[in-house]
Amino acid sequence: MRLPLLALLAKEPAHGYELKQALEQTFGSAYPSPNIGQIYVTLGRLEKDGLVRSVDVEQSNRPNKKVYFLTADGREALENWVDEPTEGPRVRDEFFMKLVLAPLTGIADRMALINRQRRHYLSLMRDLTELAERTDPGDRVALLLIEGATLHLQADLDWLERCQEDLVT
Amino acid sequence: MTVLRTLNLVRIYQNGGVPVPAVRGVDFTVAAGEFVAIMGPSGSGKSTLVHMLGGLDVRTSGEIWLDGKRVDTLSESAWAVLRRRKIGFVFQFYNLVTNMTVADNVELPALLAGMSPREARERREYLLGELGLTERAYAAPAELSGGEQQRVALARALANGPQLLLADEPTGNLDSRNTRDVLKLLGEVHGQGQTIVVVTHDAKVASKADRVVTLADGMIVDDASMRRRRFTPGTAGDVVELRG
Ligand SMILES: Nc1ncnc2c1ncn2[C@@H]1O[C@H](COP(=O)(O)OP(=O)(O)OP(=O)(O)O)[C@@H](O)[C@H]1O
Ligand SMILES: [Mg+2]
Repeated sequence: MRLPLLALLAKEPAHGYELKQALEQTFGSAYPSPNIGQIYVTLGRLEKDGLVRSVDVEQSNRPNKKVYFLTADGREALENWVDEPTEGPRVRDEFFMKLVLAPLTGIADRMALINRQRRHYLSLMRDLTELAERTDPGDRVALLLIEGATLHLQADLDWLERCQEDLVT
Repeated sequence: MTVLRTLNLVRIYQNGGVPVPAVRGVDFTVAAGEFVAIMGPSGSGKSTLVHMLGGLDVRTSGEIWLDGKRVDTLSESAWAVLRRRKIGFVFQFYNLVTNMTVADNVELPALLAGMSPREARERREYLLGELGLTERAYAAPAELSGGEQQRVALARALANGPQLLLADEPTGNLDSRNTRDVLKLLGEVHGQGQTIVVVTHDAKVASKADRVVTLADGMIVDDASMRRRRFTPGTAGDVVELRG
């Protein structure tokens, strides 16, 4: 969560709760509603690393609140993040390990492993399909994220089919 | 109630004297109102299977029962009658009538099944509307994109309110938005009690089904009922993991 928080702070200084709200507003249902404690922990670490600083702002009738802002180092970290190409997800090699190794030990046969994995992917796909149906069509960020997950899952299933063709005799 | 049942169904093609077993002993039952997806690698016999179920290909051995009657022994003309009344078929490569408009392609099966012209027109307007094709109603099939033709083929297959819908890759050429329209319509007619057997590579389509049957080398290797899960995730965040 470090870099998204830096990005939000690059827009304007904010306190922890405002950052939580900004994340929710930007990503809608596409983002796991961030835990406020997690946000404060991350802000603390960013401050320790010199990427943000904070000032105490007095509030009437309430405890002071800490407003965070980006430092020059923070801005540089953010720019580096934006400039770098992003690693894509890799093949899920844990399943592949099972698929290749388990039959050698006689624990399971490959067809059974592939069938179980296919069922699992399909039930994830069903969750995504239902979620897309329940998501407000105006929430384009959430829908794009769901579509991305759907496409990855489809690729996993296609790959499973290739494993079936080549490894199950 | 069972709508469809096969017993040890086999199809062996002859390829220049060499036997090609495309379907090798399939036992398969579909209950009324069920939505079944058939998946499997290319060449695993999916199209061959559904073609036999729709009477478009002849079995080598085994039995096919439709609605309590044995049908694999029927003549071609008896099959034609059956298809007109009871079966809707979407081909992998659409097969629209080229010298008729889209509207006529869709209305024809409804008329053949005995609907009045008015009922047939209303049904056509509903189906084309659901598939986002209202504006293409008076075009000729050749003027449509592959994806549009495929959706017309689905509308045509549903026009006579068939007891059984057989579809071979109904979203094979569609982008994600058109796929969504097709899925929505399939979900809708399924909700109205339509029995559906669909061959698909598309996991989105399969995820809509009650059951997913997997073929490999002409045989069923998995038959999974997709029970609705009690757990329903709250937001995409519960399903989708963002990094960073
Ligand atoms: N008319 C035919 N004559 C000879 N062989 C055929 C014929 N039709 C299909 N086959 C063979 O039968 C096997 C099954 O073909 P089928 O079309 O049913 O596969 P499929 O699962 O639908 O594949 P795809 O996913 O590519 O559509 C293949 O090996 C194919 O080459
Ligand atoms: Mg096929």
